[in-house]
Amino acid sequence: MVEAWNSWIWPTVWIVIKILVIVVPVLLSVAYLTLAERKVIGAMQLRKGPNIVGPFGLFQPLADGAKLFLKEMIIPSGANPGVFILAPCVTFALALIAWAVIPFGEGLVLADINVGILYLFAVSSLGVYGILMAGWASNSRYAFLGALRSAAQMVSYEVSMGFVIITVLLCVGSLNLTAIVEAQRDLWFVIPLFPMAVIFFISTLAETNRHPFDLPEAEAELVAGYNVEYSGMAFALFFLGEYANMILMSGMTTVLFLGGWLPPLDIEPLNWIPGPIWFAAKIAFCLFIFIWVRATFPRYRYDQLMRLGWKVFLPLSLFAVAVVAGVLLTFGWLPTPVAG
Amino acid sequence: MSFIGRSAKALFLKELVSGMALTLKYFAKPKVTLNYPYEKGPLSPRFRGEHALRRYSNGEERCIACKLCEAICPAQAITIEAEPRADGSRRTTRYDIDMVKCIYCGYCEEACPVDAIVEGPNFEYAAETREELLYDKAKLLTNGDRWETEIADRLRADAPYR
Repeated sequence: MVEAWNSWIWPTVWIVIKILVIVVPVLLSVAYLTLAERKVIGAMQLRKGPNIVGPFGLFQPLADGAKLFLKEMIIPSGANPGVFILAPCVTFALALIAWAVIPFGEGLVLADINVGILYLFAVSSLGVYGILMAGWASNSRYAFLGALRSAAQMVSYEVSMGFVIITVLLCVGSLNLTAIVEAQRDLWFVIPLFPMAVIFFISTLAETNRHPFDLPEAEAELVAGYNVEYSGMAFALFFLGEYANMILMSGMTTVLFLGGWLPPLDIEPLNWIPGPIWFAAKIAFCLFIFIWVRATFPRYRYDQLMRLGWKVFLPLSLFAVAVVAGVLLTFGWLPTPVAG
Repeated sequence: MSFIGRSAKALFLKELVSGMALTLKYFAKPKVTLNYPYEKGPLSPRFRGEHALRRYSNGEERCIACKLCEAICPAQAITIEAEPRADGSRRTTRYDIDMVKCIYCGYCEEACPVDAIVEGPNFEYAAETREELLYDKAKLLTNGDRWETEIADRLRADAPYR
């Protein structure tokens, strides 16, 4: 009994506790990100945003959640019910499992695996399956077109994102996210690799189907894109997944370019603040830019989107990989490979 | 040269950054939102809201059943029936306005020779059923009693321009 407890019951319980410690704050931040988005966009349009439910509208996400939870979930008669229900679950689950490798602080990571960045990249690529399944299973033209657009868009931007990640990896010499953050102790990569950081950030906008690249859900022509047939909790799962992905992508930007949990300067008052708070603050900053961009720019046309992805970002990032590799090699700055 | 200039502008996202600077400027500006159910905007004295039938200060109803409003109503929303009262004066026995048909043009108010039917300042009379919006004489008179002060003020304010 004691042996069973020590060998697998306790480790299982412990890992579930750790998962909850990560997932609950993520879901709470997703809820409050929706409020923050409405507030920030409101402010930028000289409005106040939601301010009735609770003080400063702080209970608005709870009200929205309750509304979505209580609404009926309609499965269209033409839909493929199994896939139709599976799609939002896939989207939501994939948005959450990626958090396993994100380091929140020194050693504060659920799975400190050596191919962390590949895992993240793979999970975010899998996200397209949820959307494709939704579009296909809905058996509706709008949903199908939205899903096709989304798939094409996510695949296109992943290519340049991959090259940008390669430039970072060249500077680090490891695929481990903790090592990537540690490599930025002296200088955040956003400074030497600034153009790459910008390309990466714009690609994450496209990858998460956010404005100005939100063509999959272009209200004007596709009603709501791939989730047009969804209602109630299934819609809520898509919504949560999409916003969790936004936070995840901000986390990825933070880890790759903004020095993860490290303070901007390693000096007295700044390094008193614990790492997770720095990490959260940087994520919040990235999310603010996400929302800020949404409030500023009109939607891209689909051919412009594809042109930007394939004819601008791909050559630029490919060129950057060559330049970064060349500079590192010429000046002998190549990092020594981290054992493991 | 212009090609290089244009490319540099595009490459450094000059226009995008200036656009974002603009939204950030607006982010900090004071908000113009009117917190509606708690704050309300000003209304013109000519505002045409919910209808009301007025009375004279002695409590006698103004309407003399001339049916000019019924005749002029372009939506034919007004229905009036009338017969002489015991004291010989001509009064309505029925004065109905179908608020669902009404287009709020204000012609009834213009046509009335005794300022009996008016469109008041109230615009918050949404109802849950259609039937509640079929107003009868009693409802219109109640409205008149309720809004008399405001209606009288508005008529006085607008009188020089009539």
